[in-house]
Amino acid sequence: MAEEIIGNIHSIESCGTVDGPGIRFVVFLQGCPMRCLYCHNPDTWATYSNKKMSVAEILSQYDGVKEFVKNGGLTVTGGEPLMQTDFVTELFKEAKEKGIHTALDTSGVLFNPANTDKIDLLLKYTDLVMLDIKHIDDIEHKKLTGHSNKNILEFAKYVSDKGISMWIRHVVVPEITYNEKYLTELGEFIKTLKTVKALDVLPYHDMAKSKYKELGLRYELSDTPPLTKEQALEARGYILNGIRK
Amino acid sequence: MDSVYGSSLHSDEKISDKKNLMENKNVTKPDFSGKKVEINRTIINNDIRSVVSQSKKMYAETEFVSGKWTDEINVRDFIQRNYTPYDGDSSFLASPTEATVKLWEKCCDLFKKERENGGVLDMDTKIVSTITSHGAGYIDKDLEKIVGLQTDAPLKRSLQPFGGIRMAEGACNSYGYEVDPEVKEIFTKYRKTHNQGVFDAYTPEMRKARHAAILTGLPDAYGRGRIIGDYRRIALYGIDRLILDKQEQHASLDGEMTPEKIQLKEEIAEQINALREMIELGKIYGLDISKPARNAKEAVQWLYFGYLSAVKEQNGAAMSIGRTSTFLDIFIERDLREGIITEVEAQELIDQFIMKLRLVKFARTPEYNSLFSGDPTWVTESIGGMGIDGRHMVTKNSFRYLHTLENLGTAPEPNMTVLWSTRLPHNFKQYAAHISITTSSIQYENDDLMRATHGDDYAIACCVSSMVVGKEMQFFGARANLAKCLLYAINGGVDERLKEQVGPKYRPITSEYLDFDEVMSKYDDMMEWLAGLYVNTLNVIHYMHDKYCYERSQMALHDRDVKRYFATGIAGLSVVADSLSAIKYAKVKTIRDENGIVVDYEVEGDYPKYGNNDDRVDSLAVNLVKTFMSKIRKHYTYRNSIPTMSILTITSNVVYGKKTGNTPDGRKSGVPLAPGANPMHGRDSNGAAASLASVSKLPFGDAQDGISNTFSIIPNALGKDEVFMGDLAINLDCGCCEGSC
Repeated sequence: MAEEIIGNIHSIESCGTVDGPGIRFVVFLQGCPMRCLYCHNPDTWATYSNKKMSVAEILSQYDGVKEFVKNGGLTVTGGEPLMQTDFVTELFKEAKEKGIHTALDTSGVLFNPANTDKIDLLLKYTDLVMLDIKHIDDIEHKKLTGHSNKNILEFAKYVSDKGISMWIRHVVVPEITYNEKYLTELGEFIKTLKTVKALDVLPYHDMAKSKYKELGLRYELSDTPPLTKEQALEARGYILNGIRK
Repeated sequence: MDSVYGSSLHSDEKISDKKNLMENKNVTKPDFSGKKVEINRTIINNDIRSVVSQSKKMYAETEFVSGKWTDEINVRDFIQRNYTPYDGDSSFLASPTEATVKLWEKCCDLFKKERENGGVLDMDTKIVSTITSHGAGYIDKDLEKIVGLQTDAPLKRSLQPFGGIRMAEGACNSYGYEVDPEVKEIFTKYRKTHNQGVFDAYTPEMRKARHAAILTGLPDAYGRGRIIGDYRRIALYGIDRLILDKQEQHASLDGEMTPEKIQLKEEIAEQINALREMIELGKIYGLDISKPARNAKEAVQWLYFGYLSAVKEQNGAAMSIGRTSTFLDIFIERDLREGIITEVEAQELIDQFIMKLRLVKFARTPEYNSLFSGDPTWVTESIGGMGIDGRHMVTKNSFRYLHTLENLGTAPEPNMTVLWSTRLPHNFKQYAAHISITTSSIQYENDDLMRATHGDDYAIACCVSSMVVGKEMQFFGARANLAKCLLYAINGGVDERLKEQVGPKYRPITSEYLDFDEVMSKYDDMMEWLAGLYVNTLNVIHYMHDKYCYERSQMALHDRDVKRYFATGIAGLSVVADSLSAIKYAKVKTIRDENGIVVDYEVEGDYPKYGNNDDRVDSLAVNLVKTFMSKIRKHYTYRNSIPTMSILTITSNVVYGKKTGNTPDGRKSGVPLAPGANPMHGRDSNGAAASLASVSKLPFGDAQDGISNTFSIIPNALGKDEVFMGDLAINLDCGCCEGSC
């Protein structure tokens, strides 16, 4: 028998209502390679965690609250879950055996089209991929996150081609992604995907400021105002226009 | 459920007995205001058979499906045979009428004036409130479809000294009013109150426990409430028929005169008096409620007069209305069918009825208000639920009741309570969710859990106390403070704040570090003492409440043999669970004052905290509930009532916390205890579902009067606005997200 895989866990939310369909048991994994300027969970960046849990421990906690989440399921987010692909695969595999709906919330940044063995195995046990596309323009994406979006968009196509349901999430930030051209282009890209079930427009907020302060980190967007609801509605309209083109 | 006594009238012998028993007399009754009120007793002379056959004839004309209910007082049977489950959506609902809008504007003006006036608009200081004490009162007579106020003017608070003259005086004084000296004299010299009675019988130990607040919030100076009259009976049967039924009951209690029988016999006579006064109340407003309601408008009005009688007589801590929406829907449906009213008019009746319930106010003291966070009336209305035959009990009127929150705007009263079942119709769930989101004014309770015990015609009194309408009532018992009890166990009965011996002088703990087994053993002894003292204190209170402040109008709308619950309660569950967990899994060091009394604790190390779905500590909470309840059960409870327990301090936990010293979990003196069965603030770190899972382990069988877990959530954490999520579903033809993703 293989050695038990242990996950580096940031925290667990037993009653998640914003990370996938229904009320969900949400596992936040520790560690992320991206450094998005607007990240509201900078405390999940570091790869090391004091909270280590096995798949069995997580599912036992899930069992304790399953009455509350039975119409939802299990979401793994982060951090970047694909930094611990083996662990998530094991978790989802066991979850699927119990009939639990599994959702993977990822940036897709670690996808490597040349080597898909591991991700193929994970996707086998994944019901829903929630893909957070940070920016549709590659140059802007690099400015925003420090990484290219090439593999992310490849990943979107890959998941779509596999016929796995997808939600596209997009954070709209004034002066960065709140831009008709980019939003329309994002919509045009979404149109090429076959399995997108929902669009999750996330208006930028600055509630993470205090976290940055606590962690002694500089908050790059300190002058950027939160996106208003009206602006978010407008942004959503641009994306939908792109999809309908 | 069919324990209705004497409600069928088939025995001629019984009838003649009753005729002999009740002589026709016109009696006069002083109302302490100098007036004499004539009580009309001519009804007794009526031939009973003719009343029954008259009402039967009326029912035959009403097109209602007959059944057991036509021969006996049985509202549930009427509902089950006649209601129309509604599966549709909310699109049929009507906006408020012009009259409703105008009336509500006037009410809002009055509420504003009330606030500007320091909390009350006006108080009656002279006329003692009875069912017939005041003349008619209106907001605006021409606009009102449903009439009746507690006094002769809206928001003028009535004078109710039967619970205690000092409380009534205190309430007046705190708003700058003075109770009429004559009334004061009457209720000091000539007419004993509930409060006086209780203190005459209290033992020194009871007084001390009350003073130290190990027993708290006891209804020994205010109305106990928590009784729901079956106000629907008036609409369905008319008062004449109810009086006949009560006369039957009275006559059935002949023979050996035991104290129990004498008490009940006297009470039923009082109930009959109350019913007669209700007829008078109707007359004051120009209406005859002696006969059954002939249409929806009368049904709402008759029912409301029953409730109005109750609040005119009782300033109870919770004056709930019951389960009226589906009952009234039967009348409304029929009137709609026959073209007697339109949907707009139906909604108008409900809007104006709810408006009246919103106007119910009592005179209370600032101390009372701080205990209950305001002056709630707990006009709880129970909506929906499932029938035991498998049909849901949602009707169009369930929607209309919730819709008042849109038509009149949000309000805490009446306390709209949805009896939630997973099997409620989807459209109703959607609408209730919508109203919750837009008004935050709906309470939800677990029908699937309560239906198993109470069937399908129970209602909620106050916030969670379930009782079968007209068949069950409860003796409200406030709370025993289990956190303080733990401190007494450690200090050998010495109160940690007063530094006085309040509990029994057991040997205190003398070690520096607390030992789990030693603490548990001493805690068990101290709980044994507390449970006994608590039950006996409540026995005194309820004996005296029955004697001096009996709820005759509410009990007139009950069966003869009611099931009584003896509703004890506990406060401080999570503090104790965490304290015991700290003692067991961490190290707890005692800090003593100069007299050796433990006044503080130092917790060394971490320990499992209640509210994280961790069995190590959750099991301690479960045991606590089981243990205390089993100790309660050892004692005689007044009128052989059935002991129950609640874990549901929703507001008073703040006051209880103020009076409880430092606890071994690290909580500091004066810090509020967590409400109900909640985890202590901030100690549940795994999210709401884990916290709820801990609470879910508590055994309902040992806490049948209800378990509460209150938590507030910022709206965004409850899910997304439909605008920002999932709406691609519509555009891309994927159906709803849930299920299809």
